[in-house]
Amino acid sequence: MATAAETLSGAMAPRPFRVVRRQRETGDTWTLELEPVNGEPLDFVPGQFTMLYAFGVGEVPISICGERGGPLVHTVRAVGAVSEAICASRPGAVLGVRGPFGRGWPVEEALGLDVVVVAGGIGLPPLRPALYECLRRRSEYGDVVLLYGSRTPADLVYRREVEAWRSRFDLEVDVTVDRGEGDWRGKVGVVPKLIGSARFDPGAAVAMVCGPEIMMRFAAEALLARGVPEDRIYLSMERNMQCGLGHCGHCQLGPTLICRDGPIYRFDEIEPLMKVREL
Amino acid sequence: MRTIDTLIHDVPIFQGMSQEALELVSGCATNIRFSDGEVLFREGDEADVFYVIRHGRVALDMFVPARGPVTIETVDPGEVIGWSWLFAPYRWHFDAKALGLVRATVFGAACLREKCEQDPAFGYDLMSRFAQVLIERLQWTRLRLLDMYGDGR
Repeated sequence: MATAAETLSGAMAPRPFRVVRRQRETGDTWTLELEPVNGEPLDFVPGQFTMLYAFGVGEVPISICGERGGPLVHTVRAVGAVSEAICASRPGAVLGVRGPFGRGWPVEEALGLDVVVVAGGIGLPPLRPALYECLRRRSEYGDVVLLYGSRTPADLVYRREVEAWRSRFDLEVDVTVDRGEGDWRGKVGVVPKLIGSARFDPGAAVAMVCGPEIMMRFAAEALLARGVPEDRIYLSMERNMQCGLGHCGHCQLGPTLICRDGPIYRFDEIEPLMKVREL
Repeated sequence: MRTIDTLIHDVPIFQGMSQEALELVSGCATNIRFSDGEVLFREGDEADVFYVIRHGRVALDMFVPARGPVTIETVDPGEVIGWSWLFAPYRWHFDAKALGLVRATVFGAACLREKCEQDPAFGYDLMSRFAQVLIERLQWTRLRLLDMYGDGR
């Protein structure tokens, strides 16, 4: 039997995964599909993340964005040295993967209820596995609604897939951008505004929200105004996650460690902490 | 055939309004349609009406020199366009253009202002409803000002 030290050491050791596909989403965002160089594929629950390691550069937490049972999929925005190195990894390159870590979206708790998915910008990728799960078990959920916003039309990720979802009869999809540019004929406005007119039963709905923290705060307020109970609103929090195991303390937010207790929190759990300026 | 008061009583801005007040409002209203690309009004035009969109989408644009028209917001069914009719000098501050076929109810400003003056309780009710729309738009505008998707670079 492994000792605690061996278990910890195993969790800290990255497994090699090979990039098998790389697709550009926007000017600075790429989706990578990875397969293990050896051993079993990674099992995960929607909402979990891995620590993705560009060897010789560093490690960053990235949400898992694919379907359970398929390749490991990560959508990464190049905003620093490590994420830039990951985005530049072409098919054949090897990255290190630790995890999966964290608490996922409440896809089981939402069975029998309406599901409202609210995504802002690069917040859609962490929600996509939850949406896949709802669509895979479509008859077990009530209405399923995706509300998606980005800064401009060029910043929308998974554009073809969102268009395909929009053509389904069993999924309501509404998209908006903060700035209409070019030949955009869709909605212009912030994503929380979409909540007011979306079709779902607030008293029997679960909301899953991911995006910039300020957007999530406004979205939560709009959901509460529609009548969604605060213990049925879930947010994905982001802080400086490093070990993924709750040991290093870098992602501490008040009494909670986001890598271990999150990244998904119920609004009533996290709302008091969101108001503390020093955290 | 549905009368205008029955068409508008489900519109958020009029929800909960008394039947008497709904009839006062609808007495100043008529239905209208716009084809794709048709301009409802332009910046600087006299703001002698406001609209409730019943079908389709309207783009609110501002003309920016060297950039052309920039869409600052879109308005969808159930939403209101226009509060410039409330305050002198009653001029529009942006352009409005139909994106596809638009069906709307248009309300005459002079007619409504006169009814507000004659019946202060009705006027207060209507102003409160428009104030709520203004607050919501202001909140969304503040959120956009934060450029929430920016990475700080």
